[in-house]
Amino acid sequence: MLYAEVSSKAAALGVPLAVHLDLTYRCNEDCVHCYLEHTGGEFTTLEVRGVLEQLASAGCLFVAVSGGEPFLRRDLFTVLESASALKFGIRLKTNATLIGPAEASRIRQFRPERVDVSLYSLRAAVHDAITRAPGSLERTLRGIRHLREEGVRVALTHVITALNASEYQEVMAFATDIGAKFQFDAMITPKVSGDRSTVRLNVPREALHSLLRDHRLLPMWEEFCKPPEAPDGDFLDGAGCGALQSACYISPVGDVYPCVQWPVLLGNIRRTSFEEIWRGPQAESLRAVRNRDLPQCSRCSHFSVCQRCPGLACMEGDPLGPSSQNCEFAAARTGTHPAILHRSA
Amino acid sequence: MRESYIARNADVAARRLGDEVVIFRPDDGELFNLNPQAALVWMAADGRTRLDEIVRSTVWREYDVDLERATADAEALVAELVEAGLMRVAAEPLED
Repeated sequence: MLYAEVSSKAAALGVPLAVHLDLTYRCNEDCVHCYLEHTGGEFTTLEVRGVLEQLASAGCLFVAVSGGEPFLRRDLFTVLESASALKFGIRLKTNATLIGPAEASRIRQFRPERVDVSLYSLRAAVHDAITRAPGSLERTLRGIRHLREEGVRVALTHVITALNASEYQEVMAFATDIGAKFQFDAMITPKVSGDRSTVRLNVPREALHSLLRDHRLLPMWEEFCKPPEAPDGDFLDGAGCGALQSACYISPVGDVYPCVQWPVLLGNIRRTSFEEIWRGPQAESLRAVRNRDLPQCSRCSHFSVCQRCPGLACMEGDPLGPSSQNCEFAAARTGTHPAILHRSA
Repeated sequence: MRESYIARNADVAARRLGDEVVIFRPDDGELFNLNPQAALVWMAADGRTRLDEIVRSTVWREYDVDLERATADAEALVAELVEAGLMRVAAEPLED
């Protein structure tokens, strides 16, 4: 059964099927494109257990445990034990630098859905320049191998920036060699603080246009890059993405947001129950927004192929407006300019 | 099979989704969806109740269906769930 089908049912019922839970903002790398600010406190182990219990009670099935680098939490395995006992499908997001044989073996015991590992290149000069952590490639590759030796499912998350735009073929080949999934992301977003300096790291539109037409990266590129069709009624009646429909984000101190990239604070789980926050008036108000309610995007020629991020739009100052980065991406994807891009240019 | 005890496999993740149940099998990441009648059987599969008792106290009670037909459907469902590694069946009571 496709996840999208379950997610759609969850959204119709208002169930938070998938939650992204950051355990810490501390990290042993300092990636040039990171959208987080590495400050702030953290839940205690007991608090995390309480959060997981609330999520299970609310119907959440999938929890993505992330950070920062989650292995900097000494109680990570205690947290995973709790998640496992509460019958979550667990996804772990890590740079794998702190995963040795013992850690890999323990991870296997929790039978995670998969472990997502960030890998920017197989060349240390490129990878380590992005992580700004000398020796990080070697440590990451070691961690990945330990995971695979234990039979843990791994997905290599390859963020494509202007600094590593020609590395993906080698990373894809490596993924195939070790039996890992390959997934890429070619959009560098602003920091959640609003600092937009990271955006300059995006691959230029012309290069992105070529990337999206590489059949090795996107075997269905012809379908993906075809000219946009006018959005139909069903599309306009729909919501833009899963954020707040069937998913949300919880920070290391219990702040609940629609998504890690959507900096609208809905409440804090230390003061208000998750259920109250999830069903609160602010969440309900954001959840009620349909595609047809977006005054500019709903009339845009590219809306049906646009992956508009409400969080990015929000960071640009208008929660109901377009996100210029998504407009740019739609332009690269289709090879034609969205009308909105013309208007805003 | 109808006189057997059935229990959910402890390794799988599952949640109610309305009157249905979604099951996640960690071995391969596969998702399963149980319709409302199947969901009733799943939720009652505590390892201490026989399948025929489960059908009588859930599906047959809540739906206007023939008991024999409902039991046969439940047997087929349980066979599929066992085959998928999501459920266990035994002649004696099981640990949930």
